[in-house]
Formats: sequence, C-alpha cells, structure tokens
Amino acid sequence: MQRIGVFVCHCGTNIAATVDVKAVAEALSHEPGVVISQDYQYMCSESGQNLVKDAIKEHKLSGVVICSCSPRMHENTFRKAAASAGLNPYLVEIANIREQCSWIHKDIATATDKAIILGKAAVAKVHLNAPLTAGESPVVKRALVIGGGIAGIQTALDIADAGFDVDIVEKKPTIGGKMAQIDKTFPTLDCSACILTPKMVEASQNEHITIHSYSEVSDVKGFIGNFTVTIKKKARYVDEVKCTGCGACMEKCPMKKVPNEFNEGLNNRTAIYIPFAQAVPKVAAIDPNYCLMLKNGKCGVCSKVCTAGAIDYKQQDKFIEQKYGAIVVATGYNVINLDKYDEFAYNQCPDVVTSLELERLMNAAGPNGGTLLRPSDKTHPHTIVFVQCVGSRCDDEKGKPYCSKICCMYTAKHAMLIREKYPDTEVYVFYIDVRTPGKNFDEFYRRAVEQYNVHYIKGMVGKVTPKADGKIDVQASDLLANEQLHINADMVVLAAAIEPDKSARPLATMLTTQMDTNDFFTEAHPKLRPVESATAGIFLSGACQGPKDIPETVAQASAAAAKAIGLLVKNSITCNPCVAHSDELLCNGCSSCEKVCPYGAITYQDKEFRMPDRTTAIRRVASVNPAVCQGCGACTVACPSGAMDLNGFSNSQIMAEVDAICK
Amino acid sequence: MQVNNNFEPVIVAFCCNWCSYAGADLSGTNRLNYPTNVKIIRVPCSCRVNPMFILRAFQKGADGVIICGCHPGDCHYTSGNYYTRRRITLLYSMLDFLGIERNRTRLEWVSAAEGAKFAATMQQFTEDVRKLGPNRRLEDLRCRKQ
Repeated sequence: MQRIGVFVCHCGTNIAATVDVKAVAEALSHEPGVVISQDYQYMCSESGQNLVKDAIKEHKLSGVVICSCSPRMHENTFRKAAASAGLNPYLVEIANIREQCSWIHKDIATATDKAIILGKAAVAKVHLNAPLTAGESPVVKRALVIGGGIAGIQTALDIADAGFDVDIVEKKPTIGGKMAQIDKTFPTLDCSACILTPKMVEASQNEHITIHSYSEVSDVKGFIGNFTVTIKKKARYVDEVKCTGCGACMEKCPMKKVPNEFNEGLNNRTAIYIPFAQAVPKVAAIDPNYCLMLKNGKCGVCSKVCTAGAIDYKQQDKFIEQKYGAIVVATGYNVINLDKYDEFAYNQCPDVVTSLELERLMNAAGPNGGTLLRPSDKTHPHTIVFVQCVGSRCDDEKGKPYCSKICCMYTAKHAMLIREKYPDTEVYVFYIDVRTPGKNFDEFYRRAVEQYNVHYIKGMVGKVTPKADGKIDVQASDLLANEQLHINADMVVLAAAIEPDKSARPLATMLTTQMDTNDFFTEAHPKLRPVESATAGIFLSGACQGPKDIPETVAQASAAAAKAIGLLVKNSITCNPCVAHSDELLCNGCSSCEKVCPYGAITYQDKEFRMPDRTTAIRRVASVNPAVCQGCGACTVACPSGAMDLNGFSNSQIMAEVDAICK
Repeated sequence: MQVNNNFEPVIVAFCCNWCSYAGADLSGTNRLNYPTNVKIIRVPCSCRVNPMFILRAFQKGADGVIICGCHPGDCHYTSGNYYTRRRITLLYSMLDFLGIERNRTRLEWVSAAEGAKFAATMQQFTEDVRKLGPNRRLEDLRCRKQ
C-alpha cells in the first residue's frame, strides 16, 4: 500500500489569495493512499522543506506530492529534500497550482476546484512512480565558443586559463567582431582597438585556444558533456599556414572596387583582402564574388606575387568534426537594416549615416584617416544632428519593441568627441529619453551637455530632406518648448537599433535552444540563471542574449566561462533517468522505435528466452542506451506492442492523470 | 445547435515541457487569464502524446483535448513535433470516420515566449468546445462519475 504525503504551499499570498489552500489540503487528504495532507506558508523555504523531510521519516512516505509553483521552478529543490530524507527523488511530483492556477484565475471557488483536480492528478500519478537512479555519462574536456567578438574572445580566454582546450568558430576572416570597428569606448574614451587587439593576440597565442576563422557551425549532435559538432571551414583560397600576411597580394589585386565591410562600405577593398591591419589570424582571404580568377578564370595576379605560394584557387570547403563538453554561444548583434526608414533619407543621402558608420569615419584607421569629413564631398561638417531610437522602442512592424541600450551612451560619446576635436561644429541630439544607468554613465552624459555644450532636444525627428545645395533639412519637434524646428545640417547620424545576428536563428535550431520573439537567445531563468540556456550544456555570452555594452558583455562572457568550466572540471555528469526502456517480453523486434529515435539510442540484440513449453527461443528485441536516450518518448508511441515505455512519464502514469482530470 | 450556457466543458491540455508548458507558465507569470476548464498535463515532448491518451480522455468524459508543442523546427528533441503532427493528422481521419467533431481535438504550436498566445488559444478552444456541447459520442457511460 502506498503512503503518500501531500503538501500544499501558500506561496505567501501568491497561491493563497485565489486558492483556498486549506480546502485543497483537506480534499486531497481523502484521496486513496494519502496519509498526511498539510499546508504551509512557503514550502520551498528551509522550514517548509524540513516539514516535508520530517513527514517522510515520520510517516514512512512512499510518495510525495507538492502543490506549489511550476515544476520548472522548484522540482529539483523538493527532489533534493526528499533524497536527503531517504526517499528516492523521483517519487516526488509537483502539482502546478501557481503559474497554471492561482495566477490566471480570479474566482476563488473555481480556482480551488481546479487546484484540487490538479492535486488529484498528481496523487494519481505518484501512485505509479517508480524509484529511479540517475546514470552517469563522461564529459569531453573541450569547449566550443561560437562567435569571435569580444564576448567569444573573453569566454575562450577564461576557459583556457582554467586549463581546458577551447575552439573559437568565427564566420568572418578575423576575430574581433564589432568592438574592432569601434573608435573609442564610453565612458572612459579610451581607444577600443588598444584594449581589444592585445586580447585578440593573446587568444591566438594561447596554447589551449584554436581559432577557426572564416568558419561556421554546420551541425550539432549530442547532449551536455558530449556534443559532436561539424564545423564548416569555408574555402578562403589562401593556405592559412603558408600565408605570412605581408599584404603584397592586396597591393597588386586589380579588383579594387569591393565595398569594405570593415569600414561599413564607406570605402573599397580588393578582392583578396585582410579585413584590417591587426586582424587575427593575419591571413588573407579571397572574396569569390569579386575575384576575377574565380569568376572568369582570368587573372591570377595574387598567386604570381605571393612569395609564400599560399594562394590556392582550387581550395574547397572543409568539414571538421569535433567533440565538445560545453558550447558557448556568442553570436553578437548587428545594426538593423534602415531601408524601411524613408523619412530619414538614409538610402538617398550619403551624409545620413548610422552611428557605426560614424565610428569608422572618426577612426584613425578608417576611410578618412580619422578626420571627420562628409562622405559626399569630403568637406568638414559644421552642423551635425543625431537622431536617437531609430527602430528602437518602436511598436510598429518596422522596428524593434526593445531599447537597444547602448545608443544613448555612444551618442553622448560621439557628440563629445566631435565637440572636443572640432569646437566650431554644432551638435544636436534629438531624444525620447536619455537612459544612462551604469557606472560613471550619467556623469559622462552630463559632461556632454554641461562641459561640451551639446544641444540635447527632447523630441523626435519627423523628416530628413536632402537639399540641392548639399545641406540637409532636418524637421523635428521640440517637445519641451512645444515648437517645430528646422535645422540646416551637414550630416545626420542615426542611432539605429541593434538586432541579433542573422546566423543566430538557424544556430538555435541546431542547438535546440529557445529564442524570444526578437530572436535573442532565452536564458534558463531571467534572474537566477542568466548565462545558461534552457538546454543543458549550452551557455550564452554577450549580445546574443540581449543588447549589452562592452563591460556587461565582458562580465557575461566571464560568467558563461565560469559556468562552462564548472561543467568541464567534472569527469562525468549524472544523466536524466527519465529515459525509455523496453519490455523484452512484449517487444517483437519490429524496428518501429529505432526508426523514430532522433538520437540513435535504440539498438537490437538477439536474446534467449525460455518459452512456456520449456524450450529456449532466440528473439530479436530492442534495447535502449540510457546514456544516449534523451527521454522524448517518440518511441513509446511508435511501438505497436506497447513494449516501449518512458520512465517518469509512463503510459500508465499519464493515463492516471487523464483519468483524474476527467473524473 | 442549442447552446447550454451552464455547460462547463472538461478540457485536457497536453503540453511539452520545453516550449508549451513554459509558455503556459509565462501566461501565469504575466497574469493572463484563461478558463479554469483547461487542465494541463506535462509531457516531455508533444510526441510523447499517444493518440490512445486522447481517446482515453474522451472515453472518460473529456469534452476537448488540445496538444501543444514547440513550433516546427524548434523541437527540443529536433523532430518530435513532426511525429506529433503526423500522428494527429491520422487521428483526425479516424475521428472523422467515427463521426466525432474534429474541433474537439486541436494541435497548436506554442513557444516558451508565447504566454499571450497560450492564453488566447485556451480561451478560444474552450469557447469552441463549449459551442459543440458535451461529448456524448465517445464518452463511456460506465466511466461516468456517480
């Protein structure tokens, strides 16, 4: 006979306000097998857990039902409590009466009825729970970092520091990411390249770090501690080992009209290129869309001038397979496409630029060598208008609903740098709100206003119109003065919203991790587990999880590294015991289960069986590898003879829940 | 058809642990209301839902059954929801053959971020089942509550 304990949580007033918890405890006490039914203020607290532990010992409980919040929240807490009291942790069931009852219903009577039914279903299920023991599976002591921006670099350096091997996969020919394009950083105004490039070099020289540049992740299989990843090394038509990075090929390449991505298309590069002087690895790559040799088979200049003999026009994409214990996603962000924003004339006028383009225009390694000149006629601009929140905090389909977070600060930085270098230039900033939470951030913004006399105007820009004389008319409203303004500007800078990189969505599918509606990766818990994804063994670093500035990105990168190291130091991890198993007496070896298993966890064995007439027969039966099975249950439905069942979610358990709900 | 205003349908919702159950939790966290008629059963993946469970629910007196899983391509187990989609399609043709209203069974994709969609879907489904009236054809009277 089962001896079941029921514990109903008030969760302060979270549950007790809409569910009569005493009535729930009373109703459940009459269920078959229930020997104790109690309610308590906070079940998850130390004293609440002790209540459960004491009851397990005192009443010799064989099953526990907790009516509380979602099992996604505290299932583990109560399982641990049960285990410490000597009860198998898998004999605990949770009835979700908070997220799925008290929080969504207002009427106390119906909500209480529903809570009782959910409790009954859990009691019916726990009757059929079997004690389970978690197996162990080994951990591969190697980590993969996807993305080679500052987030990826920092994560890789931290993991390597702990003595584990790390691979960085970067889709561009060099690591460095967005931070390499930035001129100065806020709020210290130190040079971005000066703090980033030493880290890039450190990553390339670290014996534990392998950089796969110009590569992409093409397939991910496996699970925590044991991922098998296929990395596609795209053909760069240059031998990475032989190339010395001398740049002779770039001087002689006749195809000189390729938009330079590193300078945001503000100037041109050659078809064979090294993205920038401090690139890591400093190895050239040939752009197959522009290379005359690869397109028409005529040219071959670079191979003639290359003294190292590194050019290889016949190079093919290569696929490498590697095993990893942990994966860190650091795919970063991009600036949104501004094609839909006709009102800002971004596509019509070269002097309307994004902030990232301005960053390149002001950079000493940029197209103008650090002198701020208008892209159209290379003259010095005397009036510059900054427009905030272009596509951010926007409810319509064109933009993004969230705040891009970094724009207020980098605009203050740009405005300050321009006023510092060119005191004759007037700078206007149109904003909705100025958001400057962060260490020394508000002081920085106030310096821009008070010390550098940047004109901050609360209001939105309605229309930007390029004029025949090369000037730009900016029509805007000043909300505080309640008047319409026209500013005769030389340049307009748009603080465009940032969005997750396009490669993130297919990657999330490969990794079977979740994303939010904006394609940012979802963390396992928004407050308590901010750097882990809901999929075990996959960690999140940097702006792939949400808009972030550099200090926050680095902090999260180190946090993700710490979590990954915490996994890698283990020799083995306990695996989920809720896996499929087959009843060999029922199995007829039809292979239906094997065909639907996404993990290849099911194999067939010939086994000897003693028949009723005392003869032995050899039959082919399915067997499940519990280390590989992830417990989805696809096989249980495919099995025609009902031999396959899933621990923790068995046919009889789910049927019992169905019965309890329908009664 | 006559609509009985006092009729409160019994609705069983099977939700996959990774997307839809989290979506249901999110609608709770956001305090989005849906009828108490809906009772959720957690399954690891929508492909764990054996069509037998659905028939059992109808036999035991459920008036509607809804299965929620991750969006196609987003399954935590890579392909589980595709199996679900095929199996439910087959179940539909069987239910059609038996003459059971198709609207009593529904398959819906709800992600972990779609708390609002979960609540709206449950509201809509409850209303649809309410309009259909009690499930009389499949209910086994021997199973009825005394």
